[in-house]
Amino acid sequence: MLAELLLHPVLVLLVLTNLKLLGSSQPGSCIRATRWQGCLLGLLPFLAHSEDLTWRLAAAGLGTLALKGFVLPSLLSRALRDADTTREVETPAGYIWPLLAAMGAWGLAFWLGEQLPLAHAPSNLLVPAAFFAILSGLFLIAGQKPAVSQVLGFLVLENGVFTFGIGAVPETPVVVELGVLLDLFVAVLVMGIARFHIHGESGRREPDPWPGLKD
Amino acid sequence: MKELSLIIVPLVGAMLAAAWPGNRTRPWLLPLVGLIHAALSCWLLAAPPAAPLGAWLAFDALTRAVLPAVSLLFLVCALYGVSYLRVRGERSNRVFVTALLAVLGLLSAGHQARHLGLLWIATEAVTLAAVPLLHFNGTPRAFEATWKYLLIGGTGIALSLLGSFCLGYASLHGGGVGDLTFTALIAQGRGLSRPWVLAAWVLLLVGYGTKMGLAPMHTWKPDAYGEAPGIVGAILAGGVTTVAFTAILRVRAVVSAAGEAAMADRTLLALGLFSMLVAALMLLGTRDFKRMLAYSSVEHMGILTIGAALGAAGFWAAMFHVWANSLTKGALFMSAGNLRRAAGGRTTDEVCGMALLTPRSAAIFVTGMFAVTACPPFGPFFSELRVVRAAFETGHGAAATMFLTCLLFAFFGLTRLVFAIVDGRPRRTARTAGHHFPETMGLVLPPLALLGCSLWLGLWTPGVLRDAWTAAASQFFPVK
Repeated sequence: MLAELLLHPVLVLLVLTNLKLLGSSQPGSCIRATRWQGCLLGLLPFLAHSEDLTWRLAAAGLGTLALKGFVLPSLLSRALRDADTTREVETPAGYIWPLLAAMGAWGLAFWLGEQLPLAHAPSNLLVPAAFFAILSGLFLIAGQKPAVSQVLGFLVLENGVFTFGIGAVPETPVVVELGVLLDLFVAVLVMGIARFHIHGESGRREPDPWPGLKD
Repeated sequence: MKELSLIIVPLVGAMLAAAWPGNRTRPWLLPLVGLIHAALSCWLLAAPPAAPLGAWLAFDALTRAVLPAVSLLFLVCALYGVSYLRVRGERSNRVFVTALLAVLGLLSAGHQARHLGLLWIATEAVTLAAVPLLHFNGTPRAFEATWKYLLIGGTGIALSLLGSFCLGYASLHGGGVGDLTFTALIAQGRGLSRPWVLAAWVLLLVGYGTKMGLAPMHTWKPDAYGEAPGIVGAILAGGVTTVAFTAILRVRAVVSAAGEAAMADRTLLALGLFSMLVAALMLLGTRDFKRMLAYSSVEHMGILTIGAALGAAGFWAAMFHVWANSLTKGALFMSAGNLRRAAGGRTTDEVCGMALLTPRSAAIFVTGMFAVTACPPFGPFFSELRVVRAAFETGHGAAATMFLTCLLFAFFGLTRLVFAIVDGRPRRTARTAGHHFPETMGLVLPPLALLGCSLWLGLWTPGVLRDAWTAAASQFFPVK
């Protein structure tokens, strides 16, 4: 009962962390928001499936908490510190447009939630919250130039996928494990930032992924 | 056991390569493993095993129709790789050889995967294993290309995972148990929840379409192919994209069983035509001959997708085109790699007169260009002719007209660029670099062999391949 009561606020907080990411210009603050998001995701299996919690789901929740709440944000913070990128994030889209886009994305996410009903949904906010995270992640990847913002966008996108997977199809074999495997991409991307900085091949201090390749 | 060996042998080879001490001898593991893999897949092509219904991995009719092409392409690329890595002797090839062998093993797993989750894992692993291959040159441009490949490819992978979840939920919502094997999903058929199947189709098409390089999700391709060594471009264009294509075909079969075949075919046709149009327009504008090959790959992925949307005859033609495109594109990538190294540049501003500097590679490149633009009597001509015929037979005359128009524009774009770099007098910088580039048999014979295979495929398509393509078409379009 308590778990059901807490599930709604956790999903609302997930949405708010995405809004924070879309509106914030400080990389450190963005990483803190993803840290919070990771912790909230770690709670999700316990709250959404409190009555039929299995060891597999509990392990997935704890693994997510450790990986998305602590390990990946710490690696990102370290990469950021090494790259000495503490100044504001360069946002070609400005600051008003991301928030306006967020409003549109929220409407779209709710519409998708209505079109794709869950039969035994732990919360009717689950699908909109998952799709809002996915749309926010896509916006961060496409709309933000610095590499660190794109990695954050990818992390948010996969958090959205994980929210949906853990909430909707936890009993399907290998589904939960697949969500965790997606973190490998984030790890490789973070290593990419670190390696790029260490090698300093282009002479730029801040990883700026694609200034040159075009027709 | 032979089916599993297709996965295990390359992965064991990869581990061996990682532990192998000699930088000069390590590349020989590539043709050794490639030869075993090719022999196994040809054996399975000739004597296909029974595919158990509920198995997560099996050498079924689709795998039989496609995987031997990847195997053959890898073997020839491996032979080229020995000479290529000798030319690049200044770098350690440990990671390169290991990653290339791992890619072969994972591609074999991806082609044989009959479980949505396993297919996703194999695709993700292939994407990650290809990262060191793309970054082999170690330049800032190579890093940029690798970054873009990872980020866009990763986004596609994430969306395909979401699509897999949606298909799993379509099964649960429809009263199933959430079994993600394709056999179980197809058996559930119209019992699958319609809105969730539609959502899954869109997400899986976008996700695996990104891996395949269909427009508008193709943006990683020109950079990745442009910056990667030629051998890597050949494997990506002929192997990695093929596994994504077969993934789309398997998902399409589920969507079709759910009663949405017409919608799936419409989206495939639209996406295929759009890819061809984008590729043709980009080919008219690009000045970089390695990026040109990437746009040509986008075009051919469009052709495959169109074929898949045109019923059994189109599907058969698409299977034919997988072979024709893989072999011809392999020859083009390897000869382009030779030209790139000899010229020290890649755009028409930097490169010309390659017919004088590297006559053999230039000749292969020009012949390959004619082959890939569907000039007879090479394989692509006959496979594309069958696609056009299937389009007219199924009442898609407008699509066939647009298809032919795009082919014509692509032909103009490719000939313009290829003759610009082959004709004329070499630039001074190219002359200096060219003298240091030995056009050895090891660098010339493999692309020539692939071109020969493309010709052989066009003129004397073996009966065993025809049977394999027919069996695959029957698996996806059973005769009622």
